[in-house]
Amino acid sequence: MRVLEPFLAVLRGLWTTLRSAFEKPITYQYPEVKRPVRPRFRGRHELKRYENGLEKCIGCALCAAACPADAIFVESAENTDEARYSPGDRYASTYEINMLRCIFCGFCEDACPTEAIVLGDNYELSYTDRRQAIYPKEMLLDPVPDPAMLTPQKTPPGLYTRSVPEMKNPQD
Amino acid sequence: MDFALILEWSIKSIVLILALLVGFGYLTYYERRFLARMQVRIGPNRAGPMGLLQWVADAIKLIFKEELTPAKADKLIFFLAPIVTMVPVTVLAGVIPWGTSVRMFGRDVTLYIADINVGILYFMAVASIAVYGLVLAGWSSNNKYATMGGLRSTAQMIAYELTLGLCFVTAVLLADSMRTLDIVAAQRDMWFVVLQPVGVAIFILATLAEVNRAPFDMPEAEQELTAGYHTEYSGMKFALFFMAEYEKMIVISMIGATLFFGGFREFWFLKDTFLSVDQTPWLGPIYLFLKLVVFLGGMIWVRATLPRLRYDRLMSLGWKVLLPLSLVIVFITAVGIILAESNPLFIWLIPVLSIIAGLVAVLAVHLELRRKEYARS
Repeated sequence: MRVLEPFLAVLRGLWTTLRSAFEKPITYQYPEVKRPVRPRFRGRHELKRYENGLEKCIGCALCAAACPADAIFVESAENTDEARYSPGDRYASTYEINMLRCIFCGFCEDACPTEAIVLGDNYELSYTDRRQAIYPKEMLLDPVPDPAMLTPQKTPPGLYTRSVPEMKNPQD
Repeated sequence: MDFALILEWSIKSIVLILALLVGFGYLTYYERRFLARMQVRIGPNRAGPMGLLQWVADAIKLIFKEELTPAKADKLIFFLAPIVTMVPVTVLAGVIPWGTSVRMFGRDVTLYIADINVGILYFMAVASIAVYGLVLAGWSSNNKYATMGGLRSTAQMIAYELTLGLCFVTAVLLADSMRTLDIVAAQRDMWFVVLQPVGVAIFILATLAEVNRAPFDMPEAEQELTAGYHTEYSGMKFALFFMAEYEKMIVISMIGATLFFGGFREFWFLKDTFLSVDQTPWLGPIYLFLKLVVFLGGMIWVRATLPRLRYDRLMSLGWKVLLPLSLVIVFITAVGIILAESNPLFIWLIPVLSIIAGLVAVLAVHLELRRKEYARS
């Protein structure tokens, strides 16, 4: 029997490949069928809003400071009650992320005091030009359901007085 | 020789060449899909319905790719090598019969191009020209990997072509003719695979080595030689090598079918029904095509399963095992045929004795490997 062992091994191998030919393929037909990402997946950044549509970002630029790849550029400006972007003192007048520099480490997410920047699920980032790789604030901000909630909003005076909005401790 | 005959031959030749070209295209598709399924993938399914036009896309891509010629290459030979590889393969297909003859446009059209009375000799002669292409390609590229690939392919071809030739000899002995049509006709009552199973087994191994398919794809072993003899080739010249390789698979499968599996004939137990080629000549090409699909599927299946052999073991297998065994097989076949002249029952000595010879060979290899194992420890 030991003489025929190599032949049996070859036959076993052939049987294995033939059997797997009749298994269901594990391929995802990508553009049509998208595989859901994991809960802690780090994709394209999203700038979050409060329920009333005000931006969470207060333009503190801690994310830019934390960024190891120096991919984030923030410029901030003062809020007024006439044109209010965020509940705090200041807001980000310019917010740009260079997606070619970004390494998707998620440090910006950790550094943010108001949980404004979150790495989302979108991984389909493609561009045909270096300039297109710089995502401005308009592309990063979450959309709003109602155009009345778009920033800047007109808010009653005396409602938003804190320089940094009140925050609960993070949950996870 | 009238004009109509020349026209008939020209049309048949063009049909054959086009069939080979399209067959090459669909063979790559078949290989990619079947291989993908064995690896639990889907394979190409985008270009055209179910990916059926994938090979067209590949061909167009290759045609429009830049063709590079290395600066220190031997330009003329570099240019000729793909052609020298491609042409014999196409020429080989001309002597393989696809059927007997059918009535078409008021004349009997034979379903083969050339009916050569030394058909098998022609196979051997033309098939060995193809290897020049590989060697010349390897040498003219002025690249060490290419040269090694070319040299490997020469050594491998010489080693296995002898074995292959001896397998051809068994079929020739059994049919008592070198004409491919006679060989097919002789298998009306019994396919030669039943009479000579060991010969067929050797033939299959030698075939895989001859067309450089896994597990014998030494000349283009990616991990060792980048791409072997066609390392320096690109664009249409590379496409020609690629094409030649796949058409060699098709042609050698057809030769195998012709020699041992009844060629264009039906299963021998269907010989007097309407499924027989004698009664429905149109079935000939269909039978040959079905056999072709099965053989090519087998080659792909083996590729998906077995890893590549080591080069010295490949040579040992060829020279020390397959060649002596095939000599013995030829001897047994000849003796069986002579004995069968007195009593037809003696023809069954051939399969029995050759299986015994095969087992003895396996045992001898086993003992030799055991001896080496002891010598090492």
